[in-house]
Amino acid sequence: MTADIVLETEGLNRSFGALRVTQDVSFKLPRGARFALIGPNGAGKSTFINLLTGALMPSSGRIRLHGEDITRVPSQDRVRRGLVRTFQINTLFPHLTPLEATVLAIAQRHGLCVNPFKRLSGCHAEIDEAHELLDKFTFGADGERPTHELAYGRQRLLEIVLALAAQPKVLLLDEPAAGVPQQESAEIFEALAALPDDIAVLFIEHDMDVVFRFAQRITVLVAGQILCEGTPEEIADHPQVREVYLGDGEDV
Amino acid sequence: MVAVPAPGSAAATTQTARALFVRRAAWRWEEIAFWVLAAASYFIFPGHLVLITQAMITGLFVVSLDLMFGYAGIPSFGHAAFFGIGAYTAGILARDWWGDPLVGLVAGALVAGLAGAICSQIVARLHGIAMLMVTLGIGLICYEIANKWNSMTGGDDGLQGMQITPLLGRFTFDIDGKVGFIYSFIVIFILYLAARRLVNSPFGLALKGIRENVRRMPALGIGVRAQLALAFTISAALAGVAGALLAETTQYIALEVLGFDRSISVQIALVMGGMGNLIGGMIGAIAYTVLRDQLSLINPAYWDFWVGLILVVIVMTGTGGITGILRRTVDRVAARIKR
Repeated sequence: MTADIVLETEGLNRSFGALRVTQDVSFKLPRGARFALIGPNGAGKSTFINLLTGALMPSSGRIRLHGEDITRVPSQDRVRRGLVRTFQINTLFPHLTPLEATVLAIAQRHGLCVNPFKRLSGCHAEIDEAHELLDKFTFGADGERPTHELAYGRQRLLEIVLALAAQPKVLLLDEPAAGVPQQESAEIFEALAALPDDIAVLFIEHDMDVVFRFAQRITVLVAGQILCEGTPEEIADHPQVREVYLGDGEDV
Repeated sequence: MVAVPAPGSAAATTQTARALFVRRAAWRWEEIAFWVLAAASYFIFPGHLVLITQAMITGLFVVSLDLMFGYAGIPSFGHAAFFGIGAYTAGILARDWWGDPLVGLVAGALVAGLAGAICSQIVARLHGIAMLMVTLGIGLICYEIANKWNSMTGGDDGLQGMQITPLLGRFTFDIDGKVGFIYSFIVIFILYLAARRLVNSPFGLALKGIRENVRRMPALGIGVRAQLALAFTISAALAGVAGALLAETTQYIALEVLGFDRSISVQIALVMGGMGNLIGGMIGAIAYTVLRDQLSLINPAYWDFWVGLILVVIVMTGTGGITGILRRTVDRVAARIKR
């Protein structure tokens, strides 16, 4: 499996003053993985994602993507190399339609976003690809309405569509179904389960049913450190996990 | 599931998807109306051509700001710097070396664009208020340089003695402003077409993305800095052309072309006309020029009161300026006629 590691961190640390929010995290994500990152509130899950994407710089440690050191590479360049994320809180373009936003992401991939001469209406390859992608996520006519008019669940889906438009090799999903009713949340995860095999997925999720259903392996983060890592069965039986995270009579 | 499109609404297809972008780029009636009226004003108001020309030049200047502010969401309190650099470049060139108006225009665009490119290297690294303050600083610096550099700019007395040669070697700029009007009209219209092309390009879409959510852009792989630098440079060059046009058609440059007042009034005109649709800039400039003219007749000392009030009302009601109000009114009337 080590040969096929797409994303790897080594002794990753991040402190805010005296507060160490990420402590010595060494983590490996193989090709095509469906891994979950869980942990109580304030465990540093989002911080870890922000370190991986370059939104935050680590105090020490290394991040490697496809074996290349990307620790100091800016966010946008990591995206171009295939490391793409979604946001826990919708981070979309309110007055653009999903179609326009998706075309924007695809146009970037095709190196068009500094081209002031080309007619957007003539970018058929980009428009068709964007439409196809939105169609796959069953946007229908919603793809052509301003994003701010769309139902919340739709906007969560758009987060994922925009990430996919960048053609990720590694997809980091920060609570993709946050705030979505359970019925729709299942749909979001079905869509994720159906992603191509060559995309490695790491997702943060609080709903343990969803985690145990969709994750091949689970990493438990507590107080900025990896407490343990294993298959859903191993994690469910782990005494310390039960104690700090799943315990106290919570229905698992 | 959420999949089913709302009843009655057609499902999206490749055709509707492509049509959305054609629709976005289509000429709107208020654009056509503006340009037809602007051309017609040559015949309707032959006695006011000088004033109309100046209002249209201000329009080009406002459009240049719209690219930055209306599309990319980057405000500027120092945009007059580039207008002034364009004006002084054309003015000094015509006074000391070469009075061909087209050469002056190109020179004004190049020098202002170069200044914009240099400033963009600072501005594109900043965000929000810091960005605004730097544009303010740039404006003040340029003003004082022109003020102090008497031998070159004429300082506070203004730049005089421009020798503008006939346009294309044939059309002499006349006192009625006929040649000046036609010359400015053609130049501004061509640049308006260019600006339209720009905002309907992938680059234009990226600018809207920056305005809508700059934080998301890196997550799409867009670093934003290249887009901001290019937008700033193009915007500065357009402002420079506007300045050069004003210098050439009036054959005099007052120091106030670089003034803070001008930077502010161009912002006000843009908000009044409506941001982010280009034509709002042209309409806003005309409205602002006429309004200032009329209000200063009523009460020269306090006319800014009314300008301020109008500004507050427009922003608070979120009407989208004059273009927004026009569009909504026409839509409502059209809906009633259909019924």
